[in-house]
Amino acid sequence: MGRRSRPAAVPDPAAFPTRPYDLLKEFTIALVVVALLTGALAAVFSSPDENPVTLASWSRADAADFTTTAVAELGGTSGTAQYGPPYNHTPDAAQKLGPLGLQSAAGVRIPVDTANDLVLRPLRDSPEPGTVTAALAAWDSAPAARHQAWTTAYSDALAKAPGGDPAKIAGGDYGPVPALTTRLLGLARSGALDGELRSGGKFYQTDYTRPLLFLADGSYLESLARSQHLGGDQWGMMNEVGNFPGQAWVWLFAFWYQIDPFKSSGNSDALVWGLMALLSVILVLLPFIPGLRSVPRWTGVHRLIWRTYYREQRQAGHARHK
Amino acid sequence: MSRSPRVTAADPYSATDGGWTGAMRRRAVGALPPEKLLPDGQPAYMASWIYVLGVLSVAALIVVIVSGGLLALKGPAWWTGSATGLYINSLHLWSVELFMFFMVIHLWGKFFMAAWRGRRATTWITGTVLFLGSVGTAFTGYLVQQNFDSQWTAGQARDGLNAVGIGAYFNTFDFGQMLMWHSVLLPFVLILLTAWHLLLVRRRGIVPPIDATDPAGQPPPAAAEASAHHRDEEQ
Repeated sequence: MGRRSRPAAVPDPAAFPTRPYDLLKEFTIALVVVALLTGALAAVFSSPDENPVTLASWSRADAADFTTTAVAELGGTSGTAQYGPPYNHTPDAAQKLGPLGLQSAAGVRIPVDTANDLVLRPLRDSPEPGTVTAALAAWDSAPAARHQAWTTAYSDALAKAPGGDPAKIAGGDYGPVPALTTRLLGLARSGALDGELRSGGKFYQTDYTRPLLFLADGSYLESLARSQHLGGDQWGMMNEVGNFPGQAWVWLFAFWYQIDPFKSSGNSDALVWGLMALLSVILVLLPFIPGLRSVPRWTGVHRLIWRTYYREQRQAGHARHK
Repeated sequence: MSRSPRVTAADPYSATDGGWTGAMRRRAVGALPPEKLLPDGQPAYMASWIYVLGVLSVAALIVVIVSGGLLALKGPAWWTGSATGLYINSLHLWSVELFMFFMVIHLWGKFFMAAWRGRRATTWITGTVLFLGSVGTAFTGYLVQQNFDSQWTAGQARDGLNAVGIGAYFNTFDFGQMLMWHSVLLPFVLILLTAWHLLLVRRRGIVPPIDATDPAGQPPPAAAEASAHHRDEEQ
């Protein structure tokens, strides 16, 4: 028998007794109440507006972290340099969802060469003192292995220097790296580097990928975020600065990052996003999933929602049996 | 023999007049006659505060759209340097918080009512997609605030998006792209989905209580109840 000819299991609402109901009046009252409530909440609590971190503010507040990050960008050892798609082709860096390599499949669509894009090009695009011109020439004429040796040695020396201060590092063969990073630090402190990384040679610009990648590679931004309970293991972006409620509705997303096997997996992001995609599909298709679609009946919450109807039905049943 | 064009006032609900336009009008009026679209009565079983959450969600969405429109009038950076702008931004933030709060309770209420019964599965689907789309829209809103939150949220989210290949096309660090998603593409889809959802609610009516029977008919025999329950949830 076809579905259409099957007798309706759920009766037509029009068959039930009705009560007066003014749709437009209810909507108007709701709109006024919500508008007033919103206005009051906005007046009392306002909204968070913590200034963004700039390369200038970062380099002035924590020159050591800025320099360490710049050396990592130059040497290709930063988080971005070793990220994999969509920024570069770093082997085995892409996350996998079981056998599915979606990150790799999407490819390198936002190519970033950290040494050139974040350090060398901004230096070349700025007025160069003679020492920087010589340092850039020395860098360009050296092979990749030499680049690696210089940046590794300088990075190790920075780690051992008191406070990571470039001025206090021990002597060594660092090639042109100190001259390059010192100049980059100067550009950052003056505010010029923010503009250099953002412009990309264009006048109008709305893409902040490069400066944000640079900021994200340092530890300064993260330390500020952690002090505002925004770290990934602190329920991450579900929170907001201060005591503002944030995106409470992404609690389930944030939850998976707090527990194993997700939090300790190298594929944690792919696993969590894959799981949330599956749960979202289940939510959307709930009416068609046997068992799950019967959960409301089992919980009995509907008896509370329609308690008046069920009470009247019981009373009518008792009256019939008398 | 050729037919002469009709010039007399035709019955607007005639089964043949009006070409495509007339056919669409007849179909629209048939599916949603005025008394169904704007009812002045509802079934008596609709007697719970949970029913208010739907209209509160729509009201909050309107405040979200209006406050977002006010922000758009002066441009994305205005609110960061103006006391008035900060207040409008706060209206936008708190209306979103209220919208999501009302919608989540509305969604849970409809779940416990098994409100997809009686050929209402599409209503459920549009509602849940609306919820998921609203999460995405709110997320892009956090990305375009141009403050510390935007920077940090963009960095946190890009790892997840990149891990499943979406980040290659949806770059959370690209302010311009995120602003267009937040203020054009996603609101357009959400408004369409909301309209569709509301029309479906009006068309199918308020779902009757679980196990309710037609008041004019006989209650189902006890032996047949199990299969009736099954049909109930399936349709």
